[in-house]
Amino acid sequence: MVLAATSELRLDTNWVDYLLIAVYFVFVLGIGVLAKRAVSSSIDFFLSGRSLPAWVTGLAFISANLGAVEIIGMSANGAQFGIPTVHYFWIGAVPAMLFLGVVMMPFYYGSKVRSVPEFMNRRFGPTAHLVNAISFALAQLLIAGINLYLLARIVEIILGWDLWISLLVAAAVVLSYTALGGLSAAIYNEVLQFFVIVAALLPLTIVGLYKLGGYGALKDRIAATPGGADQLSSWPGTNLTGIESPLMSVVGLVFGLGFVLSFGYWTTNFVEVQRAMASSSISAAQRAPIIGAFPKMFIPFIVIFPGMIAGVLVGQVAQAKASGDPNFDYNNSLLYLIRDLLPNGMLGVAIAGLLASFMAGMAANISAFNTVFSYDLWQTYVKKDKPDDYYTRVGRIATVAATLIAIGTAIFASNYTNIMTYLQTLFGFFNAPLFATFILGMFWKRMTPTAGWMGLVGGTLAAVLVGVLSEDALGPMSLGIIGLGGQGASFTAAGAAFFADIAISIVVTMFTQPRPEAELRGLVYSLTPKQDFHDADEGQLSWYQQPNKLAAVGLTMVIILNIIFW
Amino acid sequence: MASSGSDSQKKTTRKAGAFDIRVFIGSLIGIYGVVLVLVGIFDKDDAQLAKSDDLNINLLAGIGMVIVAAGFITWARLRPVIVPADPDGPPSAGPHGH
Repeated sequence: MVLAATSELRLDTNWVDYLLIAVYFVFVLGIGVLAKRAVSSSIDFFLSGRSLPAWVTGLAFISANLGAVEIIGMSANGAQFGIPTVHYFWIGAVPAMLFLGVVMMPFYYGSKVRSVPEFMNRRFGPTAHLVNAISFALAQLLIAGINLYLLARIVEIILGWDLWISLLVAAAVVLSYTALGGLSAAIYNEVLQFFVIVAALLPLTIVGLYKLGGYGALKDRIAATPGGADQLSSWPGTNLTGIESPLMSVVGLVFGLGFVLSFGYWTTNFVEVQRAMASSSISAAQRAPIIGAFPKMFIPFIVIFPGMIAGVLVGQVAQAKASGDPNFDYNNSLLYLIRDLLPNGMLGVAIAGLLASFMAGMAANISAFNTVFSYDLWQTYVKKDKPDDYYTRVGRIATVAATLIAIGTAIFASNYTNIMTYLQTLFGFFNAPLFATFILGMFWKRMTPTAGWMGLVGGTLAAVLVGVLSEDALGPMSLGIIGLGGQGASFTAAGAAFFADIAISIVVTMFTQPRPEAELRGLVYSLTPKQDFHDADEGQLSWYQQPNKLAAVGLTMVIILNIIFW
Repeated sequence: MASSGSDSQKKTTRKAGAFDIRVFIGSLIGIYGVVLVLVGIFDKDDAQLAKSDDLNINLLAGIGMVIVAAGFITWARLRPVIVPADPDGPPSAGPHGH
């Protein structure tokens, strides 16, 4: 995403704002120091997980995703498209999170793996493992760099600091707490970050609605813009998908976004799954994403709504909407709204919230990277059988190295923003076929190791092919042979990856040798005794602690929300 | 889970003390709330208030945050986190860093 190069977004900060921002950083670093102390004192809060309540892992689960792309990008979508943006939450996240908790988490947790790529290794062997681990590790470095760049850029825009200085300060802060307290510091900071973001965005939304005269007035004003009433109902969302036929738009949303893209992201992305895997029991691990789904349902109201409000209340954004300017960059909408509506005081909270969101995004990437690097690459292929503290050291060194690489990537991004966007799309293609391979592997015992890696590679290539043939998914590399652009292109690419992966996996399995069934206990549904997937005491839990019942409540609520905003 | 500190384990458990994330959240949001309330009461700059059509959002958000913070601190007080002290080692495994 590209943010404005203008100085018109310089926020009018005073000492109170800086005080509030400083207080936040004291807490962030304090968590790092205290987490380190807890780690050294023989009780590891994180790995034992016995004291980590499900609401903490649940909030960390969604906070790890509540980064720059979510806050800035989704408010921009809200300003440009309106209510249909809710699909990224109610179709594109909640069902997959519930599915992860109910269906897939018992495999991850029950097989005692320490990472998602490690599951790949146990189920399909080293080739699929290497494809998954290396593409994941590289993607994390890239995304960490992009998050860092966006963070430094926002500090440059709103506070007027030099890009270099904010880059180094931000990297130093993230490095100090992740290297000190490791994953537990990252998780605790993610929970803290969640509340700071709510404290920043909820008052902003309230002021916006107050100024307009309520939600009804907001609807009237938006309906009067050229985008019309399409911006006020979630279905069929043709303006969001860029697919003209309403039926195909719904298919694209439900299958492309809701099924392939979102299930691929939420159920196989180790950045997310790592949070849930840290729990104390199978049912607690299952509950983490399910509990996270509840706040996730309501985040649109404090992220998309400010975007929609900016679309009618902020001069620059409203003009662009009224004239239908295709080149206008909506990514600044939220910043404009903060500038126009918040007085000193709340302004400091809002800046702290933005910084919190960007830093936690980067910290999540780095903590997932160092786990995969230390366990899946270094321990598995380079130095086996060293004592445990050796790998902790490797993890700390990997954290420092990842931060340095992220700084390099961020500097590259500051010069070649477009290339970074396309690279990110490209890495997204690695994610697309993962869900197909995992779900086939978990429920089809015959599926062979060769089918595992060939499905992944073939699916990725299919997605890249659609990207190249589309109008603009990969920028200058796209040829425009099929008439699909924007979101429609990425939905189609993900769908192609899914089907190619399944087809290749089935065909290759027919001609290759499956693994012996004895090796697949805990990895394949039909070969795993039922008690491996449940805690012994699950029957004694109250209804809201039982994953399936909690998930049913969540599903009902998200369906009701969909009906209300139809 | 807080409930995992069952009766049989009582002798080898302790409160999580300072490192209870609820205390952290409550303190940060509480400080924000108090500062915002003070700004809302004493800083009545017309240009600032005009931004929000005279809605004193600093005061309102500040009050809201103080209430939320009080909620977190009360929750942490009423149901402290019980951490089982190192179950593998001897009970006198040395002082814990809290």
